[in-house]
Amino acid sequence: MSGVNSELILQRLQERFGEAVLGSETPYGLLTVEVTPESAHGIIQWLREDGELSINFLTLLGAVHYPENKGRELAIVYHLQSMVNNIRLRLKAYVSIETPVIKSITDIYIGANWQERETFDFFGVQFEGHPNLVRILNEDSMDYFPMRKEYHLEDATREDKDDRFFGR
Amino acid sequence: MGKVEVINDAETFNGEGFQLTMLDKVIGAARANSVWPLPFATSCCGIEYMATMGTNYDVARFGMERMSFSPRQADLLIVAGTISKKLAPILKQVYEQMAEPKWVISVGACASSGGIFDTYSVLQGIDRVIPVDVYVPGCPPRPEQIIEGFMNIHRLVKNESLRRRYSDEYKHLLNKYNLNEE
Repeated sequence: MSGVNSELILQRLQERFGEAVLGSETPYGLLTVEVTPESAHGIIQWLREDGELSINFLTLLGAVHYPENKGRELAIVYHLQSMVNNIRLRLKAYVSIETPVIKSITDIYIGANWQERETFDFFGVQFEGHPNLVRILNEDSMDYFPMRKEYHLEDATREDKDDRFFGR
Repeated sequence: MGKVEVINDAETFNGEGFQLTMLDKVIGAARANSVWPLPFATSCCGIEYMATMGTNYDVARFGMERMSFSPRQADLLIVAGTISKKLAPILKQVYEQMAEPKWVISVGACASSGGIFDTYSVLQGIDRVIPVDVYVPGCPPRPEQIIEGFMNIHRLVKNESLRRRYSDEYKHLLNKYNLNEE
């Protein structure tokens, strides 16, 4: 086993990026680093190219909506893995719901194309530089982003779920 | 060889050297005993429908063994399973491509009402995009239930007037769904 562990990754990140690293925690043993949205692209690129850390695989990209976090409602989450060192890392970048803009990482990981489109489809995150940022799973005529918590999960047009019929 | 059963769907009046009956009844009986289904199966109801097609339940007894995977040669559209809103226009297009006379059976809770999928992405019943003749409840319905749905379709087919498809009521029904009359 190589000597790369969560402490080393965090230390290297703080040395290299300083102010851009906003905080960190290790829930369930998984290093989670919060970074600024402007720096996320550069950090992911550096992690991939760094010879020692060699965090070179994008496992997952997605978003979470926290309506109570004013000004930083949408968290864009990157799960990264080092195939060489067998270690995982989670990066989080928060953006506001008014300007949910972050740089696309399709130039680093081509596999992010599908996932960024999906994240746009459900959360409305604008990935700058994505080659084809249009809806992928939902119908094209949909005019909102359904996974944002301001919308009801239920279909608004359904009529038979009247509580009076169920004694509620 | 099993016993051959003569179907007596059309009442006749028999005399010396002639036999009288009604064209509606003869054509109805012919149609009802050769309904060619188009399975539009998307989920577990489709699996139950596949069991219905198999030898245990054997839809061939009703002249339905010829699955038409082209809408152009189909009489009965069997919608079995959850239809998402993204799929709805495709379902409608399939229905439009079928030649008259055509019937629709909605198999299972999802196709009939959206079922448990009361959510933004699922069509809350196919009757929001196409007219439905018979609803089969169940989640999923057993093959026996699907066959009972077929029996009801047969009843409709047998008793349908030859003029029904030209009636104002029928045109009104299609207009309600924005289905174009040619």
